[in-house]
Amino acid sequence: MPAGTVAGGGRVKSARQVERERLRRRRAYRSGSVASASTIIFLALVVAVVVNAPGWERVRAAFFDPAAFAEALPDVVAGFWVNVQIFLIAEPLILIAGLLIALVRELRAPVFFPLRALAVMYVDVFRGVPTLLVILLVGFGLPALRLQGVPDDEVTLGVIALTLSYTAYVAEVFRAGIATVHPGQRAAARSLGLSHTQAMRYVVLPQAVRNVVPPLLNDFVSLQKDTALVSTIGVIEALRQAQIYASSKFNYTPYLAAALLFVLLTIPMARFTDYLAARTARRRGA
Amino acid sequence: MTLLRIENLWKDYHGHSVLRGVDLAVAPHEVVCLIGASGSGKSTLLRCVNLLETVDDGAIFLDEEEITSPRADADAVRKRIGMVFQSYNLFPHMTVLDNICLAPVKAHGVPRGRAEEEARELLTRFGLADKAGAYPDRLSGGQQQRVAIIRALATRPRLMLLDEVTSALDPALVAEVLGVIRELREGGMTMILATHEMGFAREIADTVCFLDEGVLRERGTPEQIFTEPRHERTRAFLSTVIASRRL
Ligand SMILES: Nc1ncnc2c1ncn2[C@@H]1O[C@H](COP(=O)(O)OP(=O)(O)OP(=O)(O)O)[C@@H](O)[C@H]1O
Ligand SMILES: [Mg+2]
Repeated sequence: MPAGTVAGGGRVKSARQVERERLRRRRAYRSGSVASASTIIFLALVVAVVVNAPGWERVRAAFFDPAAFAEALPDVVAGFWVNVQIFLIAEPLILIAGLLIALVRELRAPVFFPLRALAVMYVDVFRGVPTLLVILLVGFGLPALRLQGVPDDEVTLGVIALTLSYTAYVAEVFRAGIATVHPGQRAAARSLGLSHTQAMRYVVLPQAVRNVVPPLLNDFVSLQKDTALVSTIGVIEALRQAQIYASSKFNYTPYLAAALLFVLLTIPMARFTDYLAARTARRRGA
Repeated sequence: MTLLRIENLWKDYHGHSVLRGVDLAVAPHEVVCLIGASGSGKSTLLRCVNLLETVDDGAIFLDEEEITSPRADADAVRKRIGMVFQSYNLFPHMTVLDNICLAPVKAHGVPRGRAEEEARELLTRFGLADKAGAYPDRLSGGQQQRVAIIRALATRPRLMLLDEVTSALDPALVAEVLGVIRELREGGMTMILATHEMGFAREIADTVCFLDEGVLRERGTPEQIFTEPRHERTRAFLSTVIASRRL
C-alpha cells in the first residue's frame, strides 16, 4: 500500500481523500515557491535602488566599512551587555509596580482614596513626560539632592528612570486587561462568597493577565530599545560605545553594529508575540 | 417561620424605579417562581437579595437578620446564598473541578481534599463525573449550566437564586437542567427562580409571583395563578405567553 493512504485508527482513505490531499500538498508547495520568488525579486529591487543612488559610495564608506565593524564590535557588544542587564532588572520591577498600581486603582473603599488619587496622578504625570526627560531628571536631579541613601551610579539611576516611565504604561495595560474581563465573572465570584480581593486574585486577574500578554510583550520590545536612552546620563552602553568609536574614527559603521544587536534582541520577542497572538486566536476559534 | 423576608423593596436606576415596593416572604424548603415580562425586574430582585445591588429603600431579612443593613457583612451573607446566572459565568481559566472547589476552599475554609471529594460526589450525582478535568469551553451549554448549579451548591447555601437558568439553552438541553432543579427541590432546597418556562414553573413551584413593572401584582399557588389569575395584568401577560406557545 502506498504511503499516506492509511488514516489514524487504521482506516484506509478513499481514493477521493488521497487525491484531495495530493492537491492540497501541491497547492501548498506552489504558494511556497511564489512567496520565495516574490521575496527575492523585491529584495533585488531594493538593493538595486540603494546601490544606484548618487550618494551610495559615500554612505557605503561611512556606514558599511567591514574593518571598522570588526574593530568596534567587541566594545559595542560589551556595551550591549549593559543594555541587556538594565532591561533584565527593570522589566520585573515594571511588571510588579505596574500591577500594583493597576490594583490600587481598582480599590473602591473610601479609605483608599488617597492611594487611588496618588496612583492616578502618577500615571498621568509619567505617561505625559517623555522617557528621555525622565531619564535626564532622575539621572542628574536625584544625585543633586544629596539625600542619604540615594544611589549615584548611572546604571541604577537609569533603571529607576526607565521603571518610573514604563510602570505608568504597564499599569494602564493591566487596567485595560482587568476591564476586558466580563462583569459576570466578578458577579459570579462574589455571589459564591469570595471577597473583593479573592475575586480579583483567583478569577479576574488570571483572565486579565492572559488578555494583556501581547501588549505587554510589545512594551518589553519598546523598553529594550529605550535602554539606549540612558547613554545620555553617562552609562557606557552599546549606543555610547558606538558613539565613542564614531567620533574618534569618523566612521559610522559602529552605529550599524549597535542597531544590529538591538534588532537581534527584539526579533525573538516579536516572533514570540506573534506566536502567542496566533495561539489565542486558535483557542478563540476552537 | 420564614427564611427570607423582603419588605417594601425599592431599586432605582438613574432615577427610574425598577422595583417599586416589593414584599415577599419565603419559607424554608419553599420553591418560589418569579414570572413576568422582560424588564419587569426579576433579575434585579434576585441581585438585590444576593447583595450584588444596593437597595434604595426597604429591607431584606435572611434568617430574621437584616442583610440590607450597612452593618451586615455582605461576603458572609453571600456565603449563605447560592446564585446561578442565565449566562453560566463559569470561570474559563479553571477546570470544572476547580470551578466547583474555589469557593469552598478559599471562602469557606474547607480543606482541598474534602472539597474535591464533595465536588466529585456532586458531579457523579448529576451525571458529569467524566467532566471533572475539562475546561468550560469544552462543555455543551446544558453541561455548563449544570456545573454552575453544582458550583453554587458546593458552598451548601441556605437559599438558591436561579435567574433564567435555561434561557440560553437549546430546547433539547433544557430538560437536563430542569432535572437538576427538580432534584434540588426533592432535597428540600429553598429556591427562588426567575423563569420564562411557565410549564416548569407550574410543575415545580409552591408559590408563583407575577412581577409587573417592578410591582409584585399577584402571588398564589401555580394552580391559582395559571388557571384563575385575579389581576387583569396577570391575565394579559399569560395570554401573550400562550400566544407565543410557551405555556
Ligand atoms: N445596571 C443597570 N443599569 C440601568 N438599568 C438597569 C440595570 N439593570 C437593569 N436595568 C433595568 O431594570 C429593568 C429591570 O431589569 P431586569 O433585568 O431586572 O428585568 P428582568 O425581569 O430580569 O428581564 P428579563 O426577563 O429580560 O431578564 C429593565 O428596565 C432594565 O433596563
Ligand atoms: Mg433577567
